[in-house]
Amino acid sequence: MSLMRSFQVASTALSSQSLRMNALASNLANAESVSGPDGKPYRPKHVVFRPAPILGEVAAGVEVAAVKEDMRDGPKVYKPGHPSADASGYIQMPNVNPVEVMVDMVSASRSYQMNVEVMNTSKQLMLKMLDLGRG
Amino acid sequence: MNLVPEFDPLFFSEAALRMRGYRQQILASNMANIDTPGYKARDVLFSQALREQVEGTAYSNALPLSASNDRHYRIGGSLPGAPALLYRMPMQPALDGNTVDVETERSHFADNAVRTEAAMTMLNSVIASRRLALTGNQ
Repeated sequence: MSLMRSFQVASTALSSQSLRMNALASNLANAESVSGPDGKPYRPKHVVFRPAPILGEVAAGVEVAAVKEDMRDGPKVYKPGHPSADASGYIQMPNVNPVEVMVDMVSASRSYQMNVEVMNTSKQLMLKMLDLGRG
Repeated sequence: MNLVPEFDPLFFSEAALRMRGYRQQILASNMANIDTPGYKARDVLFSQALREQVEGTAYSNALPLSASNDRHYRIGGSLPGAPALLYRMPMQPALDGNTVDVETERSHFADNAVRTEAAMTMLNSVIASRRLALTGNQ
């Protein structure tokens, strides 16, 4: 039944968008992490989507193709007293721009909301479909 | 007014409902892929799709194509396949090649949902009138 497929499609979108939100939360939380387990500054993570075909159906859901790390270096900040500071007193910050992350987060949250609405509408239609012929 | 409709209303409403569900699925996948790079928004031409559905099944014995070999196409006599999926004309495509426009998709989705309900109401009234004819309002 095709309305059931709408559910499936919307649910793939919800899980992908929540993964994106997770990555963004991690980026924001680590905006000041100058040294990770490998001793290097945190690399922001970006989620890449791709369409996920559903077997035997024309509609496609969405899935996470890759989680890529942003390899650009962040700004250098002068903090001579910092334990990670180099010889000239600079520390390498992670390349996290909080404004950018917030904008991305709003976009992810809007997409999530929209797909919840798709689910809600499909649910209402299916419930009504169950009542067909009862009247 | 034509008292005997061209198509059986029960059958017509069912086909309409099926196509509405199909379109709902297409629109849902457009909205799911709103952030997918390179995704192109798709849709069906509803009037054409419904006509194909109704005519394909209603006149399934029209112009049968004889297939004498396994590799011949089989047209007519079988249920029509899925309607052709078209690409939506992009209004403002994104730089990553995505052509899903939120407003367009949402308005089409809402429109489709309302029309699905309308088709269900029609189907309900057809069923109700058949039932009335069967029971004689007993």
